[in-house]
Amino acid sequence: MLNLSALFKAPRIRGGVHAEEHKASTSAQPIVVDFPLPKKLYIPLQQHVGKASEPVVRVGDHVLKGQLLAHSQGMISAPVHASSSGVIVDINDYPAPHPSALPIRTVVLETDGEDKWISAPPVDDPFQLAPEEVSLRVGAAGIVGLGGAAFPSAVKLNLGRENRIHTLLINGGECEPYLTCDDRLMQERAEGIIDGIRLMLYGMETGQAIVGIEDNKPEAYTAMRKASLPYPFIKVEQVPTRYPMGWDRQLIRYLTGREVPAGGRSADVGVIMHNVGTAYAVHRAIRFNLPLISRIVTVSGGAVASPMNIEVPIGTLISELFAFCGVNQTATRRIIMGGPMMGDALPHSRLPIVKASSGILALTQEEIRNKAQQPCIRCAQCVSACPAGLLPLDMANRIRNNQLDAAVDIGLKDCISCGSCSYVCPSNIPLVQYFKYASGELAARQQAQHKSEHTRRLMDERNARMDRIKKQQQEEEQARLAAKAERERLQTEQGTLA
Amino acid sequence: MIAHSKLSSGAHIGTNTTVRHIMWQVMLAISPATAVGLFCFGWPALNLFIVTLLSAVLFEAFCLRLAGRIARPVIMDGSALLSGWLVAMTLPPWAPWWIGVAGSGIAIILGKQVYGGLGQNLFNPAMLARIALLISFPIEMTTWPNVSPVFSAHAPGLIESLSITFYGLGSMASADAMTGATTLGYIKTEFSQQHWLPDILADHSIFLDFLGWTRGSLGETSSLLLAAGGIWLIRQGVIKWHIPVSLLLTVTVLSGIFHMMDGQHYVSPLVHLSSGALMCAAFFIATDYVTSPNTPAGQLVFGAGCGLLIFVIRTWGNYPEGAGFAVLLMNAATPLIDHYIRPRIYGRYRNGKPLAQKITAQERKQ
Ligand code: SF4
Ligand code: SF4
Repeated sequence: MLNLSALFKAPRIRGGVHAEEHKASTSAQPIVVDFPLPKKLYIPLQQHVGKASEPVVRVGDHVLKGQLLAHSQGMISAPVHASSSGVIVDINDYPAPHPSALPIRTVVLETDGEDKWISAPPVDDPFQLAPEEVSLRVGAAGIVGLGGAAFPSAVKLNLGRENRIHTLLINGGECEPYLTCDDRLMQERAEGIIDGIRLMLYGMETGQAIVGIEDNKPEAYTAMRKASLPYPFIKVEQVPTRYPMGWDRQLIRYLTGREVPAGGRSADVGVIMHNVGTAYAVHRAIRFNLPLISRIVTVSGGAVASPMNIEVPIGTLISELFAFCGVNQTATRRIIMGGPMMGDALPHSRLPIVKASSGILALTQEEIRNKAQQPCIRCAQCVSACPAGLLPLDMANRIRNNQLDAAVDIGLKDCISCGSCSYVCPSNIPLVQYFKYASGELAARQQAQHKSEHTRRLMDERNARMDRIKKQQQEEEQARLAAKAERERLQTEQGTLA
Repeated sequence: MIAHSKLSSGAHIGTNTTVRHIMWQVMLAISPATAVGLFCFGWPALNLFIVTLLSAVLFEAFCLRLAGRIARPVIMDGSALLSGWLVAMTLPPWAPWWIGVAGSGIAIILGKQVYGGLGQNLFNPAMLARIALLISFPIEMTTWPNVSPVFSAHAPGLIESLSITFYGLGSMASADAMTGATTLGYIKTEFSQQHWLPDILADHSIFLDFLGWTRGSLGETSSLLLAAGGIWLIRQGVIKWHIPVSLLLTVTVLSGIFHMMDGQHYVSPLVHLSSGALMCAAFFIATDYVTSPNTPAGQLVFGAGCGLLIFVIRTWGNYPEGAGFAVLLMNAATPLIDHYIRPRIYGRYRNGKPLAQKITAQERKQ
């Protein structure tokens, strides 16, 4: 019988775009694992959302591969480990892989070529561990969300245990054009991923998991499906290929029919989501006691002679990857870390690979959006493209007229900077740039307001203190005068008496 | 190695569609219907068409120069050419040259540039021009030549056609024999003489109306080709289906109801649909991005509003052609529609409040 209620509740995809995929050049080749070990590794101490980690080594120390370099600080943070063996030659500020390339504290490791692991005994049966132990070990291994968000995974797992989570969602969407690192990982290491999922379920004490894979990755789907067969509580499902399917909320809605309330977390609807790469890292950390010190990076783009997926140590300079893959420097017009929709443009290539670097793209002039900007023709393409249900043209208009609060009124804070609107705009208006600018401006204003409120409070306190002192002085003065008058009165009385 | 990056945030890639691309696609879509008009009404129509398009581009260039901007790239986006084309579509095919020039001038200067150019105007420039001309020059704007295809016996020759374009139809001795009324206009006048529909339309062929073999504006006679062009635009993703469908559906349903109730007084939906002005409005005028709402729901409302007004004006108004007025009136309502009809934001109710959490007890793990 036709299930009518399911028909009506059928999750719909809103917005999104069909971007040209550019995945074919890298999705068919195996992950390259014999990348030559760089002479120097630049390992930033903040590769995650949250507080930077605190170094526990000193310049001159010799470290082994996998050894702790810096421990996490505070609730949301992750430790950092040595990606190879060698000597610490510097701990200082170095440019970070970010559009501004602002320096952050970085451990520079000169490798000794031996690549010698610290001894780490594998765990016999992780399912004998206490469930809390899973997130503890995941935290200790420095695992963060490998899809690009870099949120410390242990924090999410804890959240999962503490909240009433009914489903663990695994994001195999990889909806960004060009990127295929998750695709390859699923094709080649499906068992490891499934094992990681089982371990996470165990750690969260949650019953089921759903893996969502875009239907443009049939091999990955088949491999994952096969690996999941022994575990009926892990479902592997295909989802339509439509950017931004990898947006957690879009995937949650598609796979569970649930919509996460604005300002809320996915846990509010009983779901926690992790990326496939993260699941694999969990498998390695729990089974083999290996921290997160390498990752698979898609190197692609028109300026790359041999695009590929490479497993590289964290801290490898992008320039070395480029040399390895044969990047034509003169043809490169833009270097992007991440995907072309949401990734950041990097100012140059002497920047290290970090845990969140899913892809490094060297794009040519033909590939990047390079048309001249024209006035908005109100074609509403951006409105249909927005997965969050916003009105990009209206928001941009208000921002252009410096009405930031008015832009917030129509949803600026719900924008996820997914880039769909910019992608489709025929007038080539950099909409996302406007939204990021406005959000930054609002944050700065708020800070300034806090600051001025703070100064005002200080002033008020000072004035109050001054008033108090003045009053006290006045009172003292009055008392003194009163005493004097009293004395004089007594004297005159005495005088009259005498 | 320095990458030349101007933009730091995405999207770093984009579609190939440009404004120019869109404008040319629209022009391509209206060209079959225009060709039928040019064929049916011959050289004078072609003269008028060329004069109108040319003057539209010149007015645009003039305004841009006045504003101190470089004209070439803006001209190249094709929007002025398209405006001129749409104006020409709505003119009586043998109107004198200055009607075309005045139409383009009104469309470009008053309809667009005074608001600040492309994307800023409240009203559809072509409709604004059409209505302004209709009110100012009612005679020139309602003189409809008979169908007289190029090279046919009755068609004016080259010399004659120049005379029609530059000295007006009045310069022709046989002017009256060459003109008549449009189907809708004819019905209106016959009504006023107490004739009823079945008689009026006794020897009238709706079929020819659909094809475009009928008196009417230069590019608005062939409703079939206009609809075909419009459907192609929808398939190309240039326009969306919401406005045309809701507009046509509203007209069809309303005229259907009235026709069923009183066939003597109210023409059938077929008569409405076969009038090319309706198709032109539905697919090419009402769908104008700049002057129509942004959201699918808003567009449905807008289309239905246009349809309702078209039906009302055609049926009870003084002008047989309701489309121009209807679209302008709805243009004025667009900001209001956009204000009240907005997409629902992810994770929020329509009123903007965040969704309540909806996790059921049974789903919770114990
Ligand atoms: S896509 Fe671009 S041109 Fe079209 S409405 Fe949005 S901002 Fe305007
Ligand atoms: S970047 Fe923001 S406004 Fe643009 S499509 Fe994505 S969510 Fe919508």
